[in-house]
Amino acid sequence: MTTRTMTLDKTKTPALFEAIRRHRVLATILFLFVLPWLTPNYSVAAHILIFGLYALGFNLIFGYMGMLSFGHSAFLGIGAYTAGILIAQHAITWWLAIPAAIVVSAAGALVIGALAIRTRGIYFAMVTLALSQCVYFLIYQMPASGGENGLRGVNVPEVNLFGLTIDVLDPINKYYFFFCFVAISLWLISRILASPFGHAIQAIRENETRTRACGFNVENTKLITFVLSGAFCGLAGALNGINLSSVAIETLHYETSGLVVMICLLGGMGTFFGPIVGALLFLLIQDVFSLWTEHWQLYVGGIFIFFVLFFPKGVWGTILEKLHVD
Amino acid sequence: MKTINKWTYVLCLASVFGMSGALAQSDPIRIGLPVPLTGPYGAEAKDQVRNAEIAVKEFNEAGGLEGRMAELLVRDDKLNPGEAATRALDLIEKDHANFIVGGLSASTQLSTNNITKQRKVIYISISQSDAINEAADMSRYTFHEALNPHMTTQALGRHLFKEGMRIAFLTADYAYGHEMARGFTTVAEEVGAKIVGEVRHPLGTSDYSVFLPRLAALKPDILVFNNFGRDNQISIQQAGQFGLKANTKFVTPVLLYTARQAAGDKVYEGVTGATSYYWELQNQYDTAKALNERYKKEYGSYPSDYGALAYGAVKSLLMAVKQAGTTDTEKVVDALASLKYDTYKGPEYYRGCDHQAVQSVLIIESKTAPADNPDDVFKIVKEVAPTEDILRSCEKLGFK
Amino acid sequence: MDGFMLQLLGLQLFTGVALGAIYVLMAVGLSLIFGMLTVVNFAHGAFFMVGAYVGYLLYQYVPNFWICLVAVPVLTGLIGIVVERYLVRPLYGRGIDYPLLLTFGLGYVMVEVIRIIFGKQGLPVSTPDALQGAVDVFVGPFPLYRLFVIGVAVVVLLILWLFIERTSFGLIIRAGARDPMIVRVLGVDISRVWLVVFAIGTGIAGLAGYLSAPMQGIAPEMGTNVLIVAFVVTVVGGMGSLTGAIVAGLLIGIVESLAAFMYPEASKVSMFIIMALVLLVRPMGLFGRAGLMS
Repeated sequence: MTTRTMTLDKTKTPALFEAIRRHRVLATILFLFVLPWLTPNYSVAAHILIFGLYALGFNLIFGYMGMLSFGHSAFLGIGAYTAGILIAQHAITWWLAIPAAIVVSAAGALVIGALAIRTRGIYFAMVTLALSQCVYFLIYQMPASGGENGLRGVNVPEVNLFGLTIDVLDPINKYYFFFCFVAISLWLISRILASPFGHAIQAIRENETRTRACGFNVENTKLITFVLSGAFCGLAGALNGINLSSVAIETLHYETSGLVVMICLLGGMGTFFGPIVGALLFLLIQDVFSLWTEHWQLYVGGIFIFFVLFFPKGVWGTILEKLHVD
Repeated sequence: MKTINKWTYVLCLASVFGMSGALAQSDPIRIGLPVPLTGPYGAEAKDQVRNAEIAVKEFNEAGGLEGRMAELLVRDDKLNPGEAATRALDLIEKDHANFIVGGLSASTQLSTNNITKQRKVIYISISQSDAINEAADMSRYTFHEALNPHMTTQALGRHLFKEGMRIAFLTADYAYGHEMARGFTTVAEEVGAKIVGEVRHPLGTSDYSVFLPRLAALKPDILVFNNFGRDNQISIQQAGQFGLKANTKFVTPVLLYTARQAAGDKVYEGVTGATSYYWELQNQYDTAKALNERYKKEYGSYPSDYGALAYGAVKSLLMAVKQAGTTDTEKVVDALASLKYDTYKGPEYYRGCDHQAVQSVLIIESKTAPADNPDDVFKIVKEVAPTEDILRSCEKLGFK
Repeated sequence: MDGFMLQLLGLQLFTGVALGAIYVLMAVGLSLIFGMLTVVNFAHGAFFMVGAYVGYLLYQYVPNFWICLVAVPVLTGLIGIVVERYLVRPLYGRGIDYPLLLTFGLGYVMVEVIRIIFGKQGLPVSTPDALQGAVDVFVGPFPLYRLFVIGVAVVVLLILWLFIERTSFGLIIRAGARDPMIVRVLGVDISRVWLVVFAIGTGIAGLAGYLSAPMQGIAPEMGTNVLIVAFVVTVVGGMGSLTGAIVAGLLIGIVESLAAFMYPEASKVSMFIIMALVLLVRPMGLFGRAGLMS
């Protein structure tokens, strides 16, 4: 009988990576802080920031809890349309509209989650898909949403903070405005994951029956996680609406749900930094390739297949694995 | 040989630097062109790029703006309004585009417009939309070169609808469809024709069999297909297969050149519609002839309707730039707003309150192309001369 | 309800069945592939589209609708074999997500390749002369070609049923769907079985595409709509169940048709409502087995 021993061979793991692992929030925030200077243009940086947040929210359910949802575009959309309608049609300021968006998407997640949690595996994916398509239909038919034309007029030209007026039409200012929200979210997510609740989430992924046997209320945990996930995705949606000054109905389409799944997988699900890496890779590749050729879908799809075949843990997951960091 | 002394060298170098300095000052006039190169309208978008390139070339060949050349920055908006907004942001922030022309769906043009008007950049839209004329979306910097659903329906409806006729709609359930249906309803009411029913289908439907029995049961004299692109093609094809053509005239507001060529003459046989441009206009307008010739020389065929729109928009834009003598936005806006131009289809101008291009509408009917000229797919039944009559009034659009 | 409305309703039901025929063909392939390989084939719509294009190409050289009808599923199945052998099989054992995502990316690639070869514009396909025109089906005129499609679907299902229930290979398939581990323990080369199943599933999808071509023409995007419906049908019926695929396909086709009659804007979303309702009441689908892929 052999016993496997895990040795924490500190000499193999560079001290830098140890530090990063310990202070993952700070490291991620720092990375996102300098991101605009690393990307070819500012709009893709803002996109990475926003979709990174979307992916982080989704990762709570997908990576940490192990449940594949194909309907998360619903929360992105509910958040976007809530903030959008409040700003464009009711002249509500951003610091009320954005929290409202978070609350409404969380509420939506509560409803959808309560219905979907009863199913598992591929069926869970399908129920979430079906329910998100119902949300798509409902919002499409709402006159306030603008339907296919989209919701225009989500204009936040300037932000008044502590007496300072910041021109948010300037791409740099806009980026750091979103950055504040994302940084706070990152910190929150990290705290959630590090808490006992966070460990319960991962325990459910590893072995649901045993977690239940240990006395955890699995259904409640799943639902709460789903709601949290919906809240963060709703925030991402609101920020996206402000970023583009409009909300497109495509935000609610199942392709947007599929997009976040791809991003998480590409980056490395179940890792903290993975979703951001995934967003970075996917959006950058798509951006660069669409500039080169009209057949960019061929290359993006091909690269995606390549990653699925050879980097199953995602880029960041594989990097972590190679460095023996667990 | 020794006569070429060092001072000559210095002089030569100085003049070279001087010249390059002058050239460096004459930076290009950048026109962004975000169009859906990928997606269902890829072919139409590609044609828009080609036509826009011709307009740019003609401008440059004529000397540009005192040596400043125009440059086209083509981008793929993937027919997605979010992507279109991003491309507009990039073009303005990173590429420093002076102007933007583009958009092949209502949603993309509206989202692009939302970005450009906030940043005071001229945007000329080249596809149909009623909303872009309305006060909520329009701005001083917004121009609309394409037809809008109201114009199209008024022209077509007045030509076809007669008192007492029974008219049914198959409408795509989105803004374009609704706007077309609304326009046709207005004409029907004026003329005394009866709308006997409307069936709305979700955008992107590929099987219309579920909608057709109901429409057939209404026994309409005219069946109007208020949809676009592939929806239009498939629904007309299937309606024909269900036997509806026997007793009903098929009408569609935008009879697309590329769709007609893709689907073949059997599908579109007997269908009447409207368009902004058909190459046969060359028999009447020298500008159409000139465009067709240039396009034929470069690509061996004729420009399509949507392609020619791109040509018209870029050409009139550059005309305004030349007239204003500068790329300064405010001056170009003034020049464009007061411009009277004939770029490819006869006289046009932009109306004051909504910057809608007042232009002719062509009523066309599909026909079987003769063997020696496979591009001869339409017959121009009528050319509705440019008139503000077929536009909605400024008050109706929300302008005081 | 007067006779006219009844007639209209009857015609609407008929169109629902015709619609269901294509859905059933697609769902059967998906269900087979999922049942045997536990692979959620997101490229199924792309195979549908490829079948249509393969048929179009073949028709240029062999202008006989009937020969192409038989050849298209075979050729599409061959493409499926290549995909399974080199792209899907390496992912065995990694969990359900990976083949799903691989086929997701594959779908994009296949559509783009077709775009590059055949262009972005669709291509026209006309109904074969023998099948043109409408037939009076008692409730009204109905296109003959659509009746033909229903007929082909029935024949294909019959052949499939015979294959699965009456042949020894079919026995292996049924056993493998129930318990792949045991089948391997019994010494069967399961990878060969997977190959065949994947080929059959994609071949049927290609056939469905070829059949759809005269009704809607062909375009690179034609597979995306069908894919989502196929998923809904498969899930409602129960993944891995062929009876479920048939029942659900007809159900959804008829519901869509009736919804188009009563509340047309909602005709597309009606199937999602059905799916949500079914899954909430019976989380494994109508005929699915509990515990399968939970």
